[in-house]
Amino acid sequence: MRNLVTLAIVLLLSSLYGVWFRKTRGTMKAHTNPAVTEIEIGESFGARLTLLQFSSAFCTPCRATRALLSDITKGLHDVKHVDIDAESHLDLVRKLDIRSTPTTLILDSRGVEVGRAVGAPKREQVVDAITPMDI
Amino acid sequence: MTTQEKSASLPELIDPRGPRVTASITLLVLVSAFLTHSTLLVVIQLIQFTIGGFVSPKKAPYGIIYRKLVQPKLGGSFIGEDIRGPQFAQKVGFLFAALATVGAITKIDLLFTIPVVFALVAAFLNAAFDYCLGCQIYLLLQRATKR
Repeated sequence: MRNLVTLAIVLLLSSLYGVWFRKTRGTMKAHTNPAVTEIEIGESFGARLTLLQFSSAFCTPCRATRALLSDITKGLHDVKHVDIDAESHLDLVRKLDIRSTPTTLILDSRGVEVGRAVGAPKREQVVDAITPMDI
Repeated sequence: MTTQEKSASLPELIDPRGPRVTASITLLVLVSAFLTHSTLLVVIQLIQFTIGGFVSPKKAPYGIIYRKLVQPKLGGSFIGEDIRGPQFAQKVGFLFAALATVGAITKIDLLFTIPVVFALVAAFLNAAFDYCLGCQIYLLLQRATKR
């Protein structure tokens, strides 16, 4: 009986965490961090924005995120998608406090973070975030 | 516009529903193990995690159950998933199951219960919420251990 109660509590807490986890994945939020440089990512920035994706080998949603972001940026001349391996950029990962993969940063043309999505973002979330507001 | 592609050899892709079915079976086995304190069930789980983590999730017992019994019924197409994610999760599971087995053999109750609960929670999150353990802890491990 005691075991059943323990089990119920464990599963309840896990469910609460799981619901929170699902809800917060992919939502855009900006963090204040030192600007990224082109040298650090080994690629030039997009003219207006850069979608900087951090991936790792042991990450299932990274592939889907990669496909989504490259599809979204395909028709855009001023937004560039750069996918980097988090493991081989650990200094940058620490500097930007990247904790899990995929994490996607939206950088402006100077490399300053203007948005961040932890986990696989949804198409609308990305499109909303990269659509210029002054039109 | 451009995507930096890794030129390394392409990873093996598997049906993403497989690992979730595996997680569901794992959850059932671990819940039973937790409630009955069965050494046998933990050893069965240890065997699953050992093969899944160190050989291939496809060759592990639950993976075989999925391919033989579940996949033919599901049919349909799927977008392949990198096998390394689920394999990493199985390795983490191996650690917990190994500890729990030692706990069961030595009759140290907490050494059995705590790892079983951790593995059970991971399997539950994976089965119910498509939680990717590798995404959450692999980078943190790298950050903590490498320069």
